[in-house]
Amino acid sequence: VELPLAFNDQLFIQLTVNGVTLGSLYALIALGYTMVYGILKLLNFAHGDVYMVGAFIGYGVLSGLGGPLSPDLALAPLILLMFLAAMLGSGLLGVAIERFAYRPLRDAPRLAPLITALGVSFFLQNSVLLLFGAQFRTYNSFVLGSPTPELFEPGPLIDPVFKIRGVNIQLIQLMVLLVTVALCVVLTLFVARTRVGKAMRATAYDREGAMMMGIDVDRVIASTFFISSVLAGAAGVMFGLLFSQVFHFMGFLAGLKGFTAAVVGGIGSIPGAMLGGLLVGLTEAYASGYLGGRWGDLTVFGVLILVLLVRPSGLLGSKAIQKV
Amino acid sequence: MDAPDQQPRVGVDDWVAQHEDRVDQKTGLAGLRRRLGGYIPPPVQLALFTLLAATLPFWMDRGDLFAYGIFTLLYILLGLGLNVVVGYAGLLDLGYVAFFGIGAYSYALLSSDHYGIHWPALATIPLVMVGTALVGLLLGLTSRRLLGDYLAIVTLFFGQAFVVFVNAVNPIVHGQGLTGGPNGVADIDPLRFFGYELTTRKQQYLLLLGAVVVVLTALHFLSESRTGRAWRALREDPLAAGAMSIPVHRLKLMAFAIGSAIAGLAGCIFATVLTAVSPGNFGLPILITIYAIVILGGIGSLTGVVLGAIVINVSFQFLAPENPQSNARVLFYGVLVLLLLLTVRPRWVGAALVGAVLAFGIATQAIVEALAPSWTGGSIVQGGRLGGVIGDWAVIPSGHGNFGNVAYVALVVAVIVVTRLHGWWQTAALVPTVYLAAIVWETSFVEQPAVARWILFGALLIGLMTVRPQGLLGTPRVEIV
Repeated sequence: VELPLAFNDQLFIQLTVNGVTLGSLYALIALGYTMVYGILKLLNFAHGDVYMVGAFIGYGVLSGLGGPLSPDLALAPLILLMFLAAMLGSGLLGVAIERFAYRPLRDAPRLAPLITALGVSFFLQNSVLLLFGAQFRTYNSFVLGSPTPELFEPGPLIDPVFKIRGVNIQLIQLMVLLVTVALCVVLTLFVARTRVGKAMRATAYDREGAMMMGIDVDRVIASTFFISSVLAGAAGVMFGLLFSQVFHFMGFLAGLKGFTAAVVGGIGSIPGAMLGGLLVGLTEAYASGYLGGRWGDLTVFGVLILVLLVRPSGLLGSKAIQKV
Repeated sequence: MDAPDQQPRVGVDDWVAQHEDRVDQKTGLAGLRRRLGGYIPPPVQLALFTLLAATLPFWMDRGDLFAYGIFTLLYILLGLGLNVVVGYAGLLDLGYVAFFGIGAYSYALLSSDHYGIHWPALATIPLVMVGTALVGLLLGLTSRRLLGDYLAIVTLFFGQAFVVFVNAVNPIVHGQGLTGGPNGVADIDPLRFFGYELTTRKQQYLLLLGAVVVVLTALHFLSESRTGRAWRALREDPLAAGAMSIPVHRLKLMAFAIGSAIAGLAGCIFATVLTAVSPGNFGLPILITIYAIVILGGIGSLTGVVLGAIVINVSFQFLAPENPQSNARVLFYGVLVLLLLLTVRPRWVGAALVGAVLAFGIATQAIVEALAPSWTGGSIVQGGRLGGVIGDWAVIPSGHGNFGNVAYVALVVAVIVVTRLHGWWQTAALVPTVYLAAIVWETSFVEQPAVARWILFGALLIGLMTVRPQGLLGTPRVEIV
């Protein structure tokens, strides 16, 4: 089948593939923002740094198990272990952040938790800087699983496995997409079908009402933070595998973009976060591809401001009606 | 915990309780603060501040005047501008630092060799202030449709967009980047008034002091005026303010414009004092610093901004990498001891704690020395007299590479544990925690004071907010349900 001319463009398809991969990461981060905002009406500025810590936990597991050149485990269990450790570690970190920075301020003026969020973000960033230093730490997914690691030959993780009309699709990109879709499906089912998910929706809808119905709101909020941080941790490891390097400042820009995704999709809406993530990822990929790399960030911010001015509650968000 | 008679009583809300509180004279530090802040009339406060600040150039050397004097005044100016937007009008503007940047860059481009334009300062500064006020007005227009958090997001992106723009996306004009890209603009003219150039640090400092005093006075009158009262009404409840026929949108725009103009002024002075600007000067850290100043002092309080700026800048300069580390050490231990003495009640427990920490340290040091001498063999970085004493007291290993990192993680865990305990258990757990803090300082922080200061800064923001959400001198919100 011949594709229409515009879509036959090799660059376009390549950018789309990259954009969808990037968008998956943003969607996972955006889900965290959106869930926390939905339940607490709180902008969790520290979320980007939880993602960064997740990436560093993955790095810690990798280098603790012999490093990418000579891992002690086979490739599949190694990566599985990295994911599990990063998700669990970030999840616990998220719960701790909620407990110490946000819970004491739950009834304080809106500004106060925003400031503690900035404080947490600063604390995490600089703690990692203190512990790991300012240099880039490399996952080296180029070497990971390669048949001859000492020659730095591309391994199966990075090897282009599909070539469609000259477009390279890496195995790792497919993996990122699959993991993201799987996590999104699990999350949607969790929120829609389980008791805890039901309690979350009730708390998001009306916290006091939920409390009166016998829902342990503190626990629901803690589990929301746990789940959103688990997603961020997974995204962090995937970033490391995808781009091979992690650094202490990576959470800021990624957090900002994940946040953009959440807002564009309509903050508080779970499908909105997924849609927004894809949109932001594609926008960034196209803008950097066609206009040059430095335009990527600026275009994303511009799109956000436009969307907000036209639809202040985002694409899929429900209009906030203020009752007095 | 609260004594029974301090708990809120039925029918008495926070505000009433506070008033009753204020009537009974408080003793100690809280009372002193109240007497100082509450009973000295603002003109006297201003005069005192001006007089004290004006003596600075006569007893400080050039470098100190630059680091402590000029930077504190710059932070005060920036804090005052932000205080108008956030403190008075309650608009969460996270792009504030961009106005500072726009002011600095405009001044730089209008009076440097970058384009060969050299306007006199008397023309440039008012023009830049009007310009930044207009940009502020434009950004403020978004506040018509976007409320609360959404406004915060859009302004945050505005700030980021500014940094990206001056850094990377630079249209080429006259064969060079519009704003000089990552290198910024260098060789900016000194301030020139009527053919007289302000070049020495002393002159710059006094000019800056004049600007701060003028802005302080103007803001004081503004906040006591009809507009100021309307802003506070807007901050407390925009809907109710609108219902009282207060022109909500106009007031928001005014707050944005005035705040931005002050930031623009600060930017001009910043550019001429540093004689160079680059994108790195206008990033997120400075935004957070300004917020910390306004919040530490208490949102909406002019005295608070001044105090906050002094506290933050002085502690920053103490922890600056180029400062001798023995100074930072004195500050660190001083604050640690003060915190124990001031916050632990009753007072004698605090004093006993300090003693207990000292004894604990001596005992631990002796035990470790007996068991494994290599663990105490490390030496203090840039000791000084205090450092010599600490070296015999704290466990500082030599040749255990990761010890600092392990100790840091352990300290974070210990602090978390301490906050979860209650009563005597908590007091007892404080002793090893404080000792651990000293070890972490000596093994890990002292080598990277620039990183350490941001960590302490983040912790300070979290701690202060959870203990006093309204800041040190701020008035708590009156919540009437």
